[in-house]
Amino acid sequence: MEWETVIGLEVHVQLLTKSKLFSGAAAQYGAEPNTQACVVDLALPGVLPVMNREAARMATKLGLAIGAVVSPRSVFARKNYFYPDLPKGYQISQYELPVVQKGTLRIEVDGQEKIIGVTRAHLEEDAGKSLHEDFHGLTGIDLNRAGTPLLEIVSEPDMRSSKEAVAYLKKLHSLVTYLEICDGNMQEGSFRCDANVSVRPKGQKEFGTRAEIKNVNSFRFVEKAIEFEVERQIELLEGGGKVVQETRLYDSVKNETRSMRGKEEAHDYRYFPDPDLLPLVIEASFIEETRKTLPELPDAKAERFKQQYKLSAYDAGVLTATRAMADYYEQVVRDSGADPKIAANWVAVELSGLLNSENKDISASPVTAPLMAGLLKRLADNTISGKIAKDVLAAMWAGEGDADAVIAKKGLKQITDNGAIEKAVDEVIANNPKQLEQFRAGKEALFGFFVGTVMKATQGKANPAQVNELLKKKLAP
Amino acid sequence: MFDKTVAELSAALKAKKVSSVELTQGFLDRISKYKELNAFISLDPARSLAQAKIADERLARGQAGPLTGIPVAQKDIFCADGWLTTCGSKMLSNFVAPYDATVIERFNAAGAVCLGKTNMDEFAMGSSNETSYYGPVKNPWDTQAVPGGSSGGSAAAVAARLAPAATGTDTGGSIRQPAALTGITGIKPSYGRVSRYGMIAFASSLDQGGPMTRTAEDAALLLSTMCGFDVRDSTSVDQPVPDFTASLNNSVKGLKIGLPKEYFGAGLSADVAKVVEAAIAEYKKLGAEIVEVSLPNSQLAIPCYYVLAPAEASSNLARFDGVRYGHRAPEYKDLSDMYCKTRAQGFGAEVKRRILIGTYVLSAGYYDAYYLQAQRLRRLITDDFNRAFEKCDVIMGPTTPTTAFNLGAKKDDPVAMYLSDIYTISVNLAGLPGMSIPAGFGVDQRPVGLQLIGKYFDEARLLNTAHQYQQATDWHKQAPKGFV
Repeated sequence: MEWETVIGLEVHVQLLTKSKLFSGAAAQYGAEPNTQACVVDLALPGVLPVMNREAARMATKLGLAIGAVVSPRSVFARKNYFYPDLPKGYQISQYELPVVQKGTLRIEVDGQEKIIGVTRAHLEEDAGKSLHEDFHGLTGIDLNRAGTPLLEIVSEPDMRSSKEAVAYLKKLHSLVTYLEICDGNMQEGSFRCDANVSVRPKGQKEFGTRAEIKNVNSFRFVEKAIEFEVERQIELLEGGGKVVQETRLYDSVKNETRSMRGKEEAHDYRYFPDPDLLPLVIEASFIEETRKTLPELPDAKAERFKQQYKLSAYDAGVLTATRAMADYYEQVVRDSGADPKIAANWVAVELSGLLNSENKDISASPVTAPLMAGLLKRLADNTISGKIAKDVLAAMWAGEGDADAVIAKKGLKQITDNGAIEKAVDEVIANNPKQLEQFRAGKEALFGFFVGTVMKATQGKANPAQVNELLKKKLAP
Repeated sequence: MFDKTVAELSAALKAKKVSSVELTQGFLDRISKYKELNAFISLDPARSLAQAKIADERLARGQAGPLTGIPVAQKDIFCADGWLTTCGSKMLSNFVAPYDATVIERFNAAGAVCLGKTNMDEFAMGSSNETSYYGPVKNPWDTQAVPGGSSGGSAAAVAARLAPAATGTDTGGSIRQPAALTGITGIKPSYGRVSRYGMIAFASSLDQGGPMTRTAEDAALLLSTMCGFDVRDSTSVDQPVPDFTASLNNSVKGLKIGLPKEYFGAGLSADVAKVVEAAIAEYKKLGAEIVEVSLPNSQLAIPCYYVLAPAEASSNLARFDGVRYGHRAPEYKDLSDMYCKTRAQGFGAEVKRRILIGTYVLSAGYYDAYYLQAQRLRRLITDDFNRAFEKCDVIMGPTTPTTAFNLGAKKDDPVAMYLSDIYTISVNLAGLPGMSIPAGFGVDQRPVGLQLIGKYFDEARLLNTAHQYQQATDWHKQAPKGFV
C-alpha cells in the first residue's frame, strides 16, 4: 500500500523580552539557579501576575508577518497540573482565545512552493527546571526559567514529508529571528518543536491516529525523528497493528522514538480563564504602530535580491535565510563594489562552506563583512586570481589578517607585468617542444597543458587572462 | 482610651494626650488579658512597639496623618514582611512572609502600627471562624456564640476593644457577616478598589479587602488609606479615590433607599427583620425615601458562588504543594506521595471540600454545566442590581438572616453554614460595595447588622449614609459586657 504522511508542528518560541511574561524578573539564560526568580515567579502566597506588554508587541509582530488575525481581545487561562518546577500549580497560557489566529507560511521544497496554514499562536509562560543530577536521591528545582515568555505557534496538519516539516521550521526560525522576537538558539531551547505525525493510505480523507514527538532540538533531529516515526507507524499498520495516540520522546543517540505517556494518562488540565488577569486587549492603533516597525521579511528580501542584484532564486534564498546573512552580503557588496553575483558566490558558497564545516553562525564568522569586502576588492582589481583568493580566504579564516596582509606576507600578488609573463611563457614553450609540435598539429586540448604549466611556473600568480592571451599569440603556427 | 474611636485616638495622639507606644502597649495588654477570645494568631510586641516608636517620632515632628500611631489589627491573610502569615492554616503555620502586601505597605506608609495578625477561617473559607487551624474565635457578646467569619478574629478584636480597628477580607461576606454578628462596622469596597497584591487569594474574582471598625467615620479613614490603583494587581481599578471622610456629613434627605423584597422573605428570622425595619424607619425620619426593588435572581447567588469560588480556590491553592515553603509531610515515598500527604495534612476539612468541589466543576465534561453556567448566573445577578439601581441610590436589608449562632451549631452542616451568607454573596458576585453597620439586637441580645449596598465606586455615599445613621443612633456605641 502507498502511505501518505501527515505532519503538524507546534513550535515554542522563547521571546526576547527583557523581563518575564508576568513578573519583573530578568529573563536571561544561564544565571545561577534561582537568582532570576522573584516572589511572583516563586508563587509565594498572595502574589499576582502582571502582563508584559512587550510580549504582546512581539506576538503582534509575528501575527503581522504571517498575515494572521491579531486578536483584538485574547484571554489568559490557567492550565492546572502539579509538578515541582511549576510553582503555582498551573501554567498561565491562552486557550480558547489566542492572541494570533489563522496565518500562513510559504515554504519551498525541491523547487515546489507550498503554503502551510498556521492555526494559532498563543502566549504562555515557561516552567522552571528540575535538576536530577548533582543531588543524591533528591531533585533540585531551578525557577530561573519559570515565567519566561513563550509564543507557541501551532501549524495546520499541512505537511506531507519530513522535508516539508524542516522547510517550515527553517522558515519560521528565519522569520522569528528576522523579527528579532527570538534568538533562535535551539541548543538553549529558545526554539523548540513538537511534531504531530500520522500516516494514512494515500487517497484517504480521514487522518490516521497521530503520535506527538516532544521537544526535538535541531532541524536534523526533527527530520530523523519524523522519518523514524513514519517508518514505525507504517510497519505497525502493515503488520496489522494500530497506532495509539500518545506522546513519544525522540532519542537522538539511538535514533528512535519511545513512548512517554499514553492518552489514558493524559491530564485533565481544567482550563479556565485566569481571574487575576484582564483579557489582553490589542488595539488597532497598536497593531498599526507595530506594523511600522516590521523589518523587510525573508520573502520580500529574496525578491529584492533577485531584482536588485540579479541573483538566481537559489542564491537569493540562501542569502536571505537569516537576517544576519543578508545584512552581511549587502555590506560586502556595498563595501567592495564587486559584481553582486561574484559577491554572492563568495558569501553563499565559499564562506558558507567554511561556516558549515565548523558549524558556525555567520555572526560568529572570523571573516567579517569588511574583511570579505577587502578580499573581493583585490579580486576585482586583479591583485589576485580567483584561485589564489580561496587560499587568502582560508588564511583570513585562520586569523592571519586581512586580505592585503595575507597577500603581502605570502607574496601572492598576481603577476600582471606582461614582460615577466611573456618570459615565463617563452620558457615553457621552449622546454616542451614535443607538446608544441602536437598542438600545432591540431591537438588543441594541449592548450590547457600550457596554461597549467605557466601557472605552475609562476606559483599561480600570473594573471590567467594575460597568460591565455600570450599563449594564444605564441602558440599560433 | 481603648473605648475611643480611631478618629478620637488620632486627635489624642496629635494633642500628645497619649503616645503610640502607650496605646500599642495598652492594646497588647488587653489582647493578652482577653486571650480566651482567641482573636489573634500571632503577636510580635517588639515589632509593633518599634513601629509605634517611629510613629511617635513622626507625630513629634508634626508629620502625622490621621492613622499615624494608630494600632491596627491585620487579618492573617495579608502578607507582612517578617510576620508569620498563616492564613489560618496548618499549611502556612511556618510561613514568615518576606514581603508586604500593598495594603500593609499603605498602612505602614500612613504610620499605622501593626498590632498583630488576627485569627480567621482557614484560607478565608468559612462563616464562623471554626475552620481555623488555630481554633475558633469567641464572640465577645456571648462566648457561646461564633463571631462569624472568615474575618472573625478581626471582628471579635474590634468588638472587644482589643484593637481600635482591623482589616478584613470579603469574598462572600467575610467582612460584613462577622461585623454584623459582633456589632461593628465593616465595609467591602467595590471589586478593584483595594489591591489584592499580597492578600492570599481564595477566589480572585471575588476577594476584596476592607476595614472593620466601630464607626463609619473610622471605616472612611481606613478605607481612604487602603484604596488606590496598584500596578501589581491587574484587576485593581484606576479610579480616583475620594477622601471618604469629606462627604460624611452630607444629609440623607431625599436619598432613595431600595428594599429588595427577596431580602425580607422566608429564612429571615423575625427578630432580625424587626431590627432592620426599625433602622429603615430611622432613615425615613432622616428624610430618606423608600422604594421597593427586586433582585429576582437572588436565590441563585449561593449555588453560583459555590461553583465559582471553589473553582478559583482549587487552582489558587495548588501552589501549596510542600515544594518551596509551608508545610511538607515529614515522610513520603515519592513525589505523588509527597503531594498527597502534604496536602492531606496541611489543609482542613472545609478547604479540602472546596478544593474537591472546585476541581470537579472545572473538569472536562462538567465545565460547561457548572462553571460556565455559574458565570451566566453571575451576569444575571449583576443585571438585577443594575436594574435596581435605576430606581434607588442605596439598597438596604439585613446582613445576615439570623444573629450569631452557637459554636458548633452548624459545623457539620455545610449548607446551613453557607446560608448564613445568603444576603452578602450576591454583592461579591456583582462586584459592588457593601457595608454592615450595627442596628440593634435580636431576642438573644446578640447584635444585628444592617446591610447597605451601593453602586460601583460609590463607597463615599455608603459611608455617608452609614455615618448619618450613627449620628442619630447609638447602636454602634454599645459594647459587650465585661470588655469595657
